[in-house]
Amino acid sequence: MDNDLYEILKELEIKDPDELFEDIPESIRIKNVGLPKGISEDEVREIAGEYASMNRSVNDMHSFLGFGIYNHFVPAAIGNIISRNEFITAYTPYQAEISQGIMQALFEYQSMMAELLQMDVVNSSLYDSSAALGEAIRMMHNITGKNEFIIPQMMPNHKKMVIRNYAKGPGINLVEIPFDERGMFDIEALKEAINDNTGGIYLEYPNMYGIVDSNVRMIREIIGEERIFVAGVNPISLGVISPPGAFDADIAIGDGQVLGLGLNFGGPLLGVFATKMKYIRKMPGRIMGAAKDMKGNPAYAMILQTREQHIRREKATSNITSNEALMSLSSLVYLSLLGDSGLRKIGEINMGRTQKLMSMVKEFGINLPYNDSPVFNEFLMNIKGSKTFVNRIARKLNLIPGYYLGKEYGFTNRNETNLVVNVTERNTDKDFDVYREFLTRVS
Amino acid sequence: MYHQAVFDEPLILELKGRRTLKLPHEDEKFDLNIPTGMERNEIGIGDREEFTVVRHFVKLSEMNFGADTDFYPLGSCTMKYNPKINDEISSLPGFKYLHPLQDENDIQGALKLMYELSESLKKITGMDAITLQPLAGAQGEFTGLSIVRAYFEDKGELEQRREVVVPDSAHGSNPASAAMAGFEAIEVPSYPDGTVNMEKFKEAVTEKTAAFMITNPNTLGIFEDKIVEMAEYAHSKGALLYYDGANLNGIMTKTNPAKMGFDIVHLNLHKTFSTPHGGGGPGSGPVGVVEKLKDYLPVPIITYDGKYHLSYNVPKTIGKVASFYGNFGVLVRAWTYIKMMGEEGLRDACERAVLNSNYMKKKIEQFMPVPGKPLKKHEFVASSHDGNLPKAGDIAKHLINKGVHAPTIYFPLIVPEALMIEPTESATKREMDKFIETVKETLTMKHEELEQEPTNLKITRIDDVDASRNPRPTYRIQKMSEKI
Repeated sequence: MDNDLYEILKELEIKDPDELFEDIPESIRIKNVGLPKGISEDEVREIAGEYASMNRSVNDMHSFLGFGIYNHFVPAAIGNIISRNEFITAYTPYQAEISQGIMQALFEYQSMMAELLQMDVVNSSLYDSSAALGEAIRMMHNITGKNEFIIPQMMPNHKKMVIRNYAKGPGINLVEIPFDERGMFDIEALKEAINDNTGGIYLEYPNMYGIVDSNVRMIREIIGEERIFVAGVNPISLGVISPPGAFDADIAIGDGQVLGLGLNFGGPLLGVFATKMKYIRKMPGRIMGAAKDMKGNPAYAMILQTREQHIRREKATSNITSNEALMSLSSLVYLSLLGDSGLRKIGEINMGRTQKLMSMVKEFGINLPYNDSPVFNEFLMNIKGSKTFVNRIARKLNLIPGYYLGKEYGFTNRNETNLVVNVTERNTDKDFDVYREFLTRVS
Repeated sequence: MYHQAVFDEPLILELKGRRTLKLPHEDEKFDLNIPTGMERNEIGIGDREEFTVVRHFVKLSEMNFGADTDFYPLGSCTMKYNPKINDEISSLPGFKYLHPLQDENDIQGALKLMYELSESLKKITGMDAITLQPLAGAQGEFTGLSIVRAYFEDKGELEQRREVVVPDSAHGSNPASAAMAGFEAIEVPSYPDGTVNMEKFKEAVTEKTAAFMITNPNTLGIFEDKIVEMAEYAHSKGALLYYDGANLNGIMTKTNPAKMGFDIVHLNLHKTFSTPHGGGGPGSGPVGVVEKLKDYLPVPIITYDGKYHLSYNVPKTIGKVASFYGNFGVLVRAWTYIKMMGEEGLRDACERAVLNSNYMKKKIEQFMPVPGKPLKKHEFVASSHDGNLPKAGDIAKHLINKGVHAPTIYFPLIVPEALMIEPTESATKREMDKFIETVKETLTMKHEELEQEPTNLKITRIDDVDASRNPRPTYRIQKMSEKI
């Protein structure tokens, strides 16, 4: 028995720690949970190493897979900074004075993200872009009191299924609008769908097919001032594409995963959420604000906490407590390292190299359904031949050619394969050569 | 003597220079096809060197305090030590560079790990099925309550069952999650001993109740010993029982939520299973359910038939609550922790957490009341409400001024001037004694003296009122408000 244990048992006048569990009725006590004995670091390293090697990651293959989560370059400085013990092992800065470091950092995240989006306010994180959209829909309801919200029919299911859950509680009806022949939000259908119950609309650019939907420019005029315009963006595109603030979006959402988080099998991600100053009191999540201490020194504080669950309970704007703060820090470091010139550059590389791959696809006479619409770093491709056939060829080449769209997206023809193809700056010229070989074999 | 590092560090936005970070394909030239009216103009965040960025954040980190800095007894947050091996394992390239939409054949190792973690959590909670998808505890609550909703909708009772009953000592997220899932939160008062008032409980739980939601041990660190009776009563009214697992560290291996009669459980892997809190997140909030609720779990679930699958075949699923399969990076860390601790390690963690808590309670109650039943689990709440005692907020500031993290203060709301103390198992007697001595010091200090603290940190006390009355949430808004 170690000395601490001995001293504490003595102080408590007990012989066995189990005596402290006497208040748990005998009928519900358990003898054991049935887990094996613990092991050492080296043993766990070996087992985990074995599991990790059962995976074949995108680093082991030629990957053009995106569809909502993207294989971008992660600068080494990010991992280094977010591993600083004082950051990673802290919790929510309830004691502001001893936590100014993370509070300043989160204020900086909000500030840089606000510049990137050209929005007034950004919170210091929601879970992922699906949750961010879900919260945006609830916020629309809280602002307008309306219970109809318009969304694009074509959206990744992993997002649509999440927002349906968020909409259920307040009883919001999600009205789906199809794309037009250019793969953009069908404006005529939108005009028809708007009625007195419509509280807002969600449009994303780039959308599920990677298309930079230029109809975003018309949304405010169509829906008027009273309805809430929620814009969905890919933050890494905003070095080359106009920000949501330029289109008078009321709420902007996106996934910060692209800004230095990496893949991690889908989590943690980073739900980016921004709004206008006039709606700040309706906003979900934690917000850092510039403040002063009692001596007038500049400081940072958690502001408007009366919106949050620990104070407002059932009247809170959201139930969110733990968020993705460390991922906000990752994105902040990423934005700091790239700066204006790097963001422009990374946008150009993604867009430019995607266009390059599209040109290659066209050389093979393969069908690009929305050929004339501008895309950011993803595009839809339609190959003659079954998925089994296409996939067999791809796997032989150690290639992931894109995301396969199936009947869940309305693609029912078994003799053709529809792929959403993603290109990032991580795709090498060698990857392109393999893709050329793939196209040769499938066309 | 404690002094935090103090730097007058400007905002990163104000540190401008040149970019030194090189990008792949940096020198390639492109002719872009951006629609008119959609080209980005100025961005406005500036360029800077990598070394400038690193120096900036190293300075900020030194003006921060983590569980690796010192004792961090923040009640209800379980700030236990986070073993470093957890981080190492989660950054293995085979995990880190895995895309969630890859072919099943290529992700077998990740699925195996998740499957094993689920199996372990089933054993620990006694539940029949687990989803790892929820991204934090509060999202676990939302998931659980969405299952409650789907269950009663299915039974045709949703119209009738609109209420979720919670004790007044509950975490704020409980009523907030109930509201988000479309229920009305009904509060039940507690007895002076800190447990749920059974008469009021029986009045509150009726045929209108969808679920009774409770954490046990409760937020006063007291085991609700009438839990079996409460479970039987709630079940007799047709309601479901929801276990908020925030305080699981206080009973782990001694009993489990299934034994207590719960139908739904959420866990906080970042609390009980030692994953770092990250300055506010990421967390992870797996949800476990009993057999009859299995068919409502979010999709996909992981199945095994000689090979691991992501199965969408869940007949009455609530759909999804997160884009993918959960905060995988956090799941890997929790898997590592459980693997290394094993049965006896988890038991030891729970016992030491409870020993530490009762030890501190015994020392503190000598000079400050600790309301409720005397026997505590992993945490306890002291009340400095007595006129001669300093305010909870002042005690907290004195503690941080001495380089010890403060407890959770002014929560739970049912205890005036509450100091909610959770030492966890990651505390030595020396650290706890220092904490107690530091709290004791405040008894002899003058109010005017306490009010001046902290003095050893980057700043003195924040003017919270001004910060929220005149919100400046971003640099751009701050600049605008300075101009006015």
